[in-house]
Amino acid sequence: MMCDFLFSLVCTGEIFELKAELNSDKKEKKKEAVKKVIASMTVGKDVSALFPDVVNCMQTDNLELKKLVYLYLMNYAKSQPDMAIMAVNTFVKDCEDPNPLIRALAVRTMGCIRVDKITEYLCEPLRKCLKDEDPYVRKTAAVCVAKLHDINAQLVEDQGFLDTLKDLISDSNPMVVANAVAALSEIAESHPNSNLLDLNPQTINKLLTALNECTEWGQIFILDCLANYTPRDDRESQSICERVTPRLSHANSAVVLSAVKVLMKFMEMLPKDLDYYGTLLKKLAPPLVTLLSAEPELQYVALRNINLIVQRRPEILKHEMKVFFVKYNDPIYVKLEKLDIMIRLASQANIAQVLAELKEYATEVDVDFVRKAVRAIGRCAIKVEQSAERCVSTLLDLIQTKVNYVVQEAIVVIKDIFRKYPNKYESVIATLCENLDSLDEPEARAAMIWIVGEYAERIDNADELLESFLEGFHDESTQVQLQLLTAIVKLFLKKPTETQELVQQVLSLATQDSDNPDLRDRGYIYWRLLSTDPVAAKEVVLAEKPLISEETDLIEPTLLEELICHIGTLASVYHKPPSAFVEGSRGVQHKRLPGSSVESPDTGSAAGVSEAPPAVIPSQGDLLGDLLNLDLTPPTTTGPPPPASSGMQMGAMDLLGGGLDSLVGLLNTVLSEAVSLRCVIPALQNLSSHYTTCCQVWLPAMKAKGLEISGTFVRRAGVIQMEMTLTNKAMSVMTDFAIQFNRNSFGLAPAGPLQVLTPLSPNQSIEAALPLSTVGPVMKMEPLNNLQVAVKNNIDVFYFSCQYPISMLFAEDGKMERQVFLATWKDIPNDNESQFQIKDCHLNSDAASNKLQGSNIFTIAKRTVEGQDMLYQSMKLTNGIWVLAELRVQAGNPNYTVSTVLVVLAVFKSCAGAAVITIYYQKK
Amino acid sequence: MIGGLFIYNHKGEVLISRVYRDDIGRNAVDAFRVNVIHARQQVRSPVSNIARTSFFHVKRSNIWLAAVTKQNVNATMVFEFLYKMCDVMAAYFGKISEENVKNNFVLIYELLDEILDFGYPQNSETGALKTFITQQGIKSQHHSKEEQSQITSQVTGQIGWRREGIKYRRNELFLDVLESVNLLMSPQGQVLSAHVSGRVVMKSYLSGMPECKFGMNDKIVIDKQGKTGSTEDGAKSGKQSIAIDDCTFHQCVRLSKFDSERSISFIPPDGDYELMRYRTTKDIILPFRVIPLVREVGRTKLEVKVVIKSNFKSSLLAQKIEVRIPTPLNTSGVQLICMKGKAKYKASENAIVWKVKRMAGMKESQISAEIELLPTNDKKKWARPPISMNFEVPFAPSGLKVRYLKVFEPKLNYSDHDVIKWVRYIGRSGIYETRC
Repeated sequence: MMCDFLFSLVCTGEIFELKAELNSDKKEKKKEAVKKVIASMTVGKDVSALFPDVVNCMQTDNLELKKLVYLYLMNYAKSQPDMAIMAVNTFVKDCEDPNPLIRALAVRTMGCIRVDKITEYLCEPLRKCLKDEDPYVRKTAAVCVAKLHDINAQLVEDQGFLDTLKDLISDSNPMVVANAVAALSEIAESHPNSNLLDLNPQTINKLLTALNECTEWGQIFILDCLANYTPRDDRESQSICERVTPRLSHANSAVVLSAVKVLMKFMEMLPKDLDYYGTLLKKLAPPLVTLLSAEPELQYVALRNINLIVQRRPEILKHEMKVFFVKYNDPIYVKLEKLDIMIRLASQANIAQVLAELKEYATEVDVDFVRKAVRAIGRCAIKVEQSAERCVSTLLDLIQTKVNYVVQEAIVVIKDIFRKYPNKYESVIATLCENLDSLDEPEARAAMIWIVGEYAERIDNADELLESFLEGFHDESTQVQLQLLTAIVKLFLKKPTETQELVQQVLSLATQDSDNPDLRDRGYIYWRLLSTDPVAAKEVVLAEKPLISEETDLIEPTLLEELICHIGTLASVYHKPPSAFVEGSRGVQHKRLPGSSVESPDTGSAAGVSEAPPAVIPSQGDLLGDLLNLDLTPPTTTGPPPPASSGMQMGAMDLLGGGLDSLVGLLNTVLSEAVSLRCVIPALQNLSSHYTTCCQVWLPAMKAKGLEISGTFVRRAGVIQMEMTLTNKAMSVMTDFAIQFNRNSFGLAPAGPLQVLTPLSPNQSIEAALPLSTVGPVMKMEPLNNLQVAVKNNIDVFYFSCQYPISMLFAEDGKMERQVFLATWKDIPNDNESQFQIKDCHLNSDAASNKLQGSNIFTIAKRTVEGQDMLYQSMKLTNGIWVLAELRVQAGNPNYTVSTVLVVLAVFKSCAGAAVITIYYQKK
Repeated sequence: MIGGLFIYNHKGEVLISRVYRDDIGRNAVDAFRVNVIHARQQVRSPVSNIARTSFFHVKRSNIWLAAVTKQNVNATMVFEFLYKMCDVMAAYFGKISEENVKNNFVLIYELLDEILDFGYPQNSETGALKTFITQQGIKSQHHSKEEQSQITSQVTGQIGWRREGIKYRRNELFLDVLESVNLLMSPQGQVLSAHVSGRVVMKSYLSGMPECKFGMNDKIVIDKQGKTGSTEDGAKSGKQSIAIDDCTFHQCVRLSKFDSERSISFIPPDGDYELMRYRTTKDIILPFRVIPLVREVGRTKLEVKVVIKSNFKSSLLAQKIEVRIPTPLNTSGVQLICMKGKAKYKASENAIVWKVKRMAGMKESQISAEIELLPTNDKKKWARPPISMNFEVPFAPSGLKVRYLKVFEPKLNYSDHDVIKWVRYIGRSGIYETRC
């Protein structure tokens, strides 16, 4: 075979031969030689030595040969930049060729030659080609701008190609429009703050028109671009949706998914009571189901996306359970994804069918799939209470099969079922114990040990069982060791008489023989607890555990929102934000869904921030891209402020994706995070000094064309104020100041316009106090007390972010009724606890109490137990969340001066709108 | 966007490598070979991330096609493009095999240059591509100026799938309704899931730029017509109308018109193409019913009886009927008795394959098998995979009927009546399984 010969070409000796052939007079021979060169190049051989000879073949009227030479050039030009210049003339000449195919070929290839010297020569031909009469040349030139931008961004800007590209969006040819959109989108990605893709209703209209006419690929480019637009109001949103929905019937799955992305995003803007909203929801289901009859690879991508869509809007596919049933011949990756979605869609209505299916799957061959199926049965039990009994019996059947990994997986999920429904299915423990010996995976062993410890009082030989595990303690994994330690302590607390020896043994194993810090620490804590206060130990170790939640693997809401904006892309396949897998500046901007419709549109510009199209949220700090499109008119005070309570409620729901427990959820996120602890600590450190945040420079003059802003937050007579000093360090006068906030965790918003009435002359400073309200739109920030601010003046708009002390949010009416306090305190489950320390505090409990009162932290009660002062305190955040605290000062020293370092163990508890801090002071 | 495209043979040797972006290096070629093609494990995902580079792959017989990127690309688009690439290659040189790829590597590079620019897919309709990418390179430069601009306007134009000036002496249309009926049935005969996925495939040999309109017994259309007038017609055909769950169309169909009026109008490509795909789940005619009976006799014997019943008009004939009954891995011997057709135990496939050439409607037939098993100490029970079936029937199991296909070509002198039209219905089994 001729071509087999081409591929088996051996290099060294051949190079010489090829050289001769390349310089041959015969066209055919030349062409064959170039083919051989390309073949060698493909398999990775270095044929760069032939560069001049190949380039010599470029001057030809044979299009096929020309293309081959170009291919070679693209590969090797970078390594031979000087010689690549030789090709420039031909390129420039080709760009003038009467044949549009050749003009396009030249400009296309030139863009792929990444040599600086060549790019200089590229500009003129490119400019001509962008205005070429032939659409084929224009569409090629549009992409070439993106290529050139990738090599030399500055050059593209200087030459004004971006404007030409923008003009092409209005081109008469749909394909030119599509390619221009693709190129602009790509360039805009590396300039997150530029207003490059200036999407306004007019351009959107042009894009929507081109959408009906261009190729399938062009439709994808346009839809993906549309998804970045944020409509001004629900009416515009609806009209775009109406024009995008026909795309759902396209044969190309990518067109369908990109259309789904646009619809999912714009739906956020539509009021839920609108008829059209319901129609749209109904229209989304069939195309999603149809994607499942595509090729397996596409099914996989579709399923990963459906997983996201189902989490965001479960109502769309709730009746479509059957299509997710696994087929015997599905590739494993499709099977696993289908299983995930089945569980998400499981409900009381369809649980019988689902269980029957899952039982079927648990007998399949693929180990991973079987495991996941077993796990799914457990998750169904937890999700649908009515099915729990059936699930447990199914699991027991599976345990009877004695297939090792099935048994282990079943035990792991049964543990979870016990946690969800305590004291209900303990009768199965006997069956589980029979399989003790066959467990060899850490997770299953740990689960079994947990069960034995938790129900030690009902298992007669619990001590024997645990003892048997203890023999090989050091060979176990950490997970099992920790579980074993806890289980034995539990056992001891339940049956103290028989198990003293056992607990001694495990404590010494954990603390003395282990070098794992986690294990050692837990061992010491137990030991100390047991030796100092067994009653407390019982309360701590045997405390009632909170029930586990239904869905354990839900994607975190903010991430979910971002992923919804990336439907169809790799991010949605990986379920990770683009910044997690894309290098460099591209794709690191975070996308957000547009504001939910609950933010009433009639507040108009007063609620400018709430309507801010949060197209882009910077990861941390300085790039406040989402404030970009803000209307920065000063907030009008005439508009009625939204009712405080409902505004807050809605905001919180929006934040967490709805549900009754939104407040609790918010609280949990607020308080369970270490970040938030760090925020509260300074407030409590009022103990040591009177607390005011010192004035900080928020916006340095360098970043803001000469405007410097420094300031602080204070709470005065129940009003939160942002006190700022604005300094003009520029040469010209500044006027027309205005300020706006991005959505933030506690709904802070300016209560009035920024009062800087006189123009600010150079080197002048002015102080301005901005009263703040807490009824603005809510969005969780990282860190929690982060506030992103936009300030406008006659020169530009500037962005900065600052952090406010949480203590500022403690309300004056934070003193809880004694009775209420007591009742709430008792009702709080243990698991909302967090701990933190306060150091260097030189006050006694009374002084501390007084100081704290100054920051609206109120002491409700005080008692003294065994020389410890316990202060019970309450505070209330502006959003209605209560925080309860217990402050324990243990002064072992009769001298009342609290000395040296205080080690403070604090426990945060939160539940149903209340949180508790317990603080243990210990003297060193 | 797509940063590079590689084609490998089954051994992992590169046959084609085209890099579009600077961030993709030569090492990406090897990374895919080492981590995916040579991986010991079965492929667990069609998308893999290796060293911050994402690889998308599809496999055609022994050939691997891989697209590579470092950006957050539209994943759906990449796969659609890879399939399209396969279609284009198949349209140019037939089967995608190692030999064909090697023999046509120059052509493939030329195609890749044209249909993927800087990683952005461009017009990839074979109809258009074939006008200017030919294996005879010389031909392309002899286009007259007129021809050239015709090519470029076709490649970039609104109707990229059809060129002007097509002429046929006989205007002819072939329309195939191809359906695959899928079923999952419980051993007790309960339908766990059933759906039909259908395709309307056309071959059109029409002159000029004809405007076509296609109509079928779509419930929504029929109901609408029933309301607006001609009640008689509505009542008559109302019974036969079918509810279509969803459909997708070839890019030639005007989607906005379908969305607003539910009418299917288009200017067809020349030659073969798939006009639409659809899916139905309601009132499906299940052509066959499979009734399995499995009895375990002791530990070393299994008795299997399978009855199949044909459930359609007795005047129609089903063809290529094949029933596949899985057997346990430790099967040592099988005795078979069947009333009709031929049955064979295929040890290599762990299955009894029963073939019947033809079977009329409203009939039934059965097979019984005695399976001898080797004693094993394998604790795991045999998973009992479902019994699957293949067949072909001359009707559409969804009940879909073509009502009309009208052709208008105002510029040329032929009318709808002059076009010869052929319609054919074929129902095939998709995944047609009964658990036992």
